[in-house]
Order: sequence, then C-alpha cells, then structure tokens
Amino acid sequence: MAGNGETNGAARGEADSARIGVLALQGDFKEHAEILKKLGVEPVEVRTLEDLTGLAGLIVPGGESTTIGKMMVSSGLLDGVRSFFYKGGPVWGTCAGMVLAASATTGERQPLLGLMNALVERNGFGRQVHSFEADIDVEGFEEPFTGVFIRAPFFEDVGPGVEVLSRIEDRVVAARGENILVTAFHPELTDDVRFHEYFLREVCGL
Amino acid sequence: MAENGQHTGTFRVKSGMAQMLKGGVIMDVVNAEQARIAEEAGAVAVMALERVPADIRADGGVARMSDPEMISEIQAAVSIPVMAKARIGHFVEAQVLEALEVDYIDESEVLTPADEAHHIDKAAFEVPFVCGATNLGEALRRIGEGAAMIRSKGEAGTGNVVEAVRHMRAIVGGIRRLGVLDDEELMTEAKNLQAPYELVRWVAENGRLPVVLFTAGGIATPADAALMMQLGADGVFVGSGIFKSGDPARRGQAIVKATTHFKDAKVIADVSRGLGEAMVGREMGDLKEEERLATRGW
Repeated sequence: MAGNGETNGAARGEADSARIGVLALQGDFKEHAEILKKLGVEPVEVRTLEDLTGLAGLIVPGGESTTIGKMMVSSGLLDGVRSFFYKGGPVWGTCAGMVLAASATTGERQPLLGLMNALVERNGFGRQVHSFEADIDVEGFEEPFTGVFIRAPFFEDVGPGVEVLSRIEDRVVAARGENILVTAFHPELTDDVRFHEYFLREVCGL
Repeated sequence: MAENGQHTGTFRVKSGMAQMLKGGVIMDVVNAEQARIAEEAGAVAVMALERVPADIRADGGVARMSDPEMISEIQAAVSIPVMAKARIGHFVEAQVLEALEVDYIDESEVLTPADEAHHIDKAAFEVPFVCGATNLGEALRRIGEGAAMIRSKGEAGTGNVVEAVRHMRAIVGGIRRLGVLDDEELMTEAKNLQAPYELVRWVAENGRLPVVLFTAGGIATPADAALMMQLGADGVFVGSGIFKSGDPARRGQAIVKATTHFKDAKVIADVSRGLGEAMVGREMGDLKEEERLATRGW
C-alpha cells in the first residue's frame, strides 16, 4: 500500500525539521499543511492515535466541529489529543478547532476536547450569508490581520488562564493559554503567515 | 456588501465555505427526521429537497425548488450547514433560497431546468453556489459564472457509480493535460474546452481547479465513496444512496468513515461489513436518453 509522503520523508532522515501534526479527519487540513511546509516545518496528517507520536505541536483545522468531534470519539483521538495537550503538547484550533477546544457550548451537547476554560457560541456570527472578511487588531501584532470568518464561532466568556488576543465588539475571536491558541477565523485561507509563525514561535517554542 | 468593515459575499468567503466541507459527506434529506439522522451519522452538511433523485425518476413530472417551510424545518433541526437546490437558470428560486439563508445553493440538473440556454449569474449573489460538471470545460464555465464549488454530475438516483467515475476522470484528466501544454497551446485548448482563457491558464499553472471539487451521482457504498476520493474528489455528495438503503444510519456512518480513511482498505472493509441492502441500482443501458440527468445544462 502506498504510505503517506510525510512518513516517508521522516524515514529519509529529515529529522532536523520539527514535525507539526494537522488533524486530518475532515476539513481544510491541507491548507494548513501547505503553509507549514513554506515555513520549513514538516506537516503530519493525523488520522490515528499513532500519528500523534513525536509531534512538536498539533493544529485542529477548520471543518464541521460535530463531524470532527464524532470521528475523534470513534478513533480514540479525543482522549489522545487531550493527553497530548495535558502533557504540554501545543495545540492550535481554527474555527471548528476553536469550538472543539472550548469547555462548553451555548447550544446542544457535542463532543469537545475541553482544553480551554471558555464558553463557545457555535456559528455565532450567523449562517453563511453573514460570513465575512474583516481587518482585525491582534494583541502583539503591529499591523491588522485579515480574518476570514466562515460560519464562525466566538467565545462568549472566558475563565482564568485565558488571554484574549482579539475581539470583535465584545466577542472573543482569538485567545491563548499556556500551550494553546485559538482563532475563530482562518489564517490558512490567506497568504499572511503571521499566525502560523506566532503558533510555532510563541506556543510551540520553535 | 461592506458594513462596519465587514465584507460579506466575497469569493474567498464563498469558496472558503466549501473548503471547510472537504473530506466530508453531504447527504440528501427530505425532512427534519432524516436531517437529524444525517447529522448524527457525521454528515458535514445536508441537502434539503422534497424528493431524492431516485423518487424524482420514479414519479416523473416537473421537479422544482423545495417548499420553504420544509427547508426552514430542516434548518431548525440541525446545526450543520443546510444546502438546497434551485433549477438550472431559475434565478428567482435562487433569490428565495438566499432569502431563507440556506448555506449553499445547488444549481442542479436533478431538478427540471428552467432555462435551456443560460445558467444563473452566480457572482451576483451573497450566498455561494455549487454546480455539476461532466468535464473540465463545463466546470470552468460554471466557475466563470461565479460557482464557488464544483461537483462531478454522475447520474443521480441510479445507485450506479459509473457516470461519476467517467466525469471525475474527465475533469481530473483534463486538469492534468493542461499542465503539459505550452503558452500557445493554452488559448487553443481554451477554445476546445469552451472555457474562459484566464481560468484555463490558472488551472494550467496550479494543477487544480480554483474551487473545491466534490463528487455526486450514483454513490451507494463506502467503497464507492473511497473510489471517488482516490480518483481526486475533495468530498462526496450522497443522494438516494443513504435513505433508499436498508439501514440509513449505519450506511451513513460507514460512508463518512470511508471518506475520511479513503486510502485505508482495512477501514473500508471494516465499515462495509453487514451493512444490509444497498439501494437498488440501475444499469446505464436501461436508461432512455431523456431519462439522463447529466445532459441537462451545458
């Protein structure tokens, strides 16, 4: 059977570059992987528990949070990613990943990772016709960042240990904890790599 | 539109929505109950319609946009995106669906076309559109009109994957061919494809469509879904295949798993065990020319 390119790459001795996982159960994981490659780190598509071994960080991409959550339960990755995180593994969730990182939702119950002390409002900005792009100010960024918000969530409330990086009015759209970053928007849909650099530098310590 | 510095309806927002559906399964549903089953099975979105294609074939007559009441009920029942179909060229049905705030409109050959010569000007809408295509030229014409997502047409409501395979191979093969042409040849190829030159050039340079490419029309089993993914689809529409089968909930889940793990034959084998009856399929040779849906639109 054809193995995946990343594993073969590692076997060929590219051990020098850090390996960053991208959860590849569903969603725009390839877009994240492309940017990671440009930044000189090796992306690893994560579909099974074994794929989590040896990662310097993990991105939970955009997609449908209910679909990704259910597949994380059935594959054992819900507990796997939690244990990766609680051992200090750095995690970044974009959009669906931000929903999954929260400790509770305002709507119906769904599987969550619960990595961050926050209450999330799914599709908080409304249905697709209300999806938008906007230049937002981000803590620590000198220039505004173009956020692409697609049926995006926001944090309605955050608890201790969560640092807010950006808000739209009173809605939290970017935040971080010690080894976690979340964005309600999709830096992977833009050519601006500042958030990927921020994750690698500030959260993964690379 | 721009309000408070927020720009809605940009092409990036429309095509980005489809990017979030990649690796997923979009299921046809005809009521709120089926929509809940689909969401529970792991669907990334549902397509709300009054009759699945197999029933449209059986019933005959004119097939139109669904009752707004039914679409609203489905929107209220699930948290995943809800899509709905408009007839080819019927821009007022599309306006109605936009007013209902469906998340995506499928300008679909499964419904009876309202205009034999013109498709909808999709760029004029804030809501994104997905359109069917049987080959690369058709895909690029739809993108030229503003479609933010393409699906191979296949032959809906047959439970037979052969046409989906033909159309996916035609699109992916067409993309591959563009990659080896030189600059002089590209204009000629644009003429042959009857497609906008700028899009032909973009595809030649990037080796892919500028939007997400799903597959549709005849997918009935987990192996069908994985086959289409291995042929180059970004995700799968399943119409009649789930709710016309013996055990929709299990079959839905199985197709979702096979779509994620499409390269892993062990997973596909595992989810295919004891699934019960697949929908009854139809041989293409048994379809009369006027029964073929894929020839609708151009």
